Amino acid sequence: MKSRAYLFYTLLSCFILLFSACQENRKLPVYGQREAITVKNPDGSTSIDTLYQSIPAFRFLNQDSVYIDNATFKDKIYIADFFFTSCSGICPVMHRNMKDIYEKYKDNPKVMFLSHTIDFKYDKPNVLKRYAKKLGVNTSKWQFAYGEKEPVYQLAKDYLVAVFEDSKEKENYVHEGYLILVDQQKHIRGAYDGTNPDQVAQLLKDLPVLLAEDNK
Amino acid sequence: MRRTVLSLIFIAAIASMIYSCQGADQLKQDIYYTNGRDIYIKNCQNCHGVNGEGLGALTPGLTDSIFLKENKQKIACIIKYGMDSTITINGQQFEDKMPDFNTLANIDLAQLIVYVTNSFGNKQGMYTPEQVAADLKKCSN
Repeated sequence: MKSRAYLFYTLLSCFILLFSACQENRKLPVYGQREAITVKNPDGSTSIDTLYQSIPAFRFLNQDSVYIDNATFKDKIYIADFFFTSCSGICPVMHRNMKDIYEKYKDNPKVMFLSHTIDFKYDKPNVLKRYAKKLGVNTSKWQFAYGEKEPVYQLAKDYLVAVFEDSKEKENYVHEGYLILVDQQKHIRGAYDGTNPDQVAQLLKDLPVLLAEDNK
Repeated sequence: MRRTVLSLIFIAAIASMIYSCQGADQLKQDIYYTNGRDIYIKNCQNCHGVNGEGLGALTPGLTDSIFLKENKQKIACIIKYGMDSTITINGQQFEDKMPDFNTLANIDLAQLIVYVTNSFGNKQGMYTPEQVAADLKKCSN
């Protein structure tokens, strides 16, 4: 009887060890193009390092008509997406899901949100402000960015999100519904379909992993 | 004895026939409800939500059963032609435009109305394509 209990506890602790090991090792991938570069070490020797794709510098007006740029997201991890306020297709459900995450991380200053409008004709900062208010967002934690067509559509490519104008479409604009997870180094660490509950749940699981990584 | 058994079986048969007739109406409503749910998921759920909860002050919820009851004859028009005017539901103003869904046929609208008015705390029963057709003749826009 005693040996059986002993066996049981040994097995149990083995399993606990195994599972905790799995958890700790989980690391999010880095998305996008990468290239090998030669770097110079302090001692004069050279070695090869990987240069990952990262989000380039940008400067846009936000919902308060204030310019935001890379510095706004310095030392933060953030979730970015592309949308437009008059969109009745996938945008409402994307932002419904993003709002849930926003509420969950309201008290965590390390997490931010960034929504780029692709409707450069109508979605001026005052329209974005009204939209944010109605969505129930009234902090600078969630930035809504307005910019000219050229820089915004170019930036979407850097986020690996397809956006374009299509006059044959009822609402004139077409875009993918990805929520893009960006780390402190501006690398893309995840892309989740903001309309798919399973993928949004995965994003919620991945966020703590990325937060833990940056704390090291 | 035998006669009693036979007459009991006969009565049971008649009763079950009547019961299944009543069931036919319920069955039809259930079919409408199920089809309506598919249409809802495809066209409405993005804004109005899985549970008809709406979205902030952007999209009204569908849980105000009094509003839906009082405006039942207008629902078909609102879905088919959209809505541009401000409405107040539960003390909250909603001023954003609702898009039109003018590709939906009367039968689709009827099924959708059956789904919406029998979900999210509403329980208003059946609605037919004929009622929808009559409603659509009276649309204000």
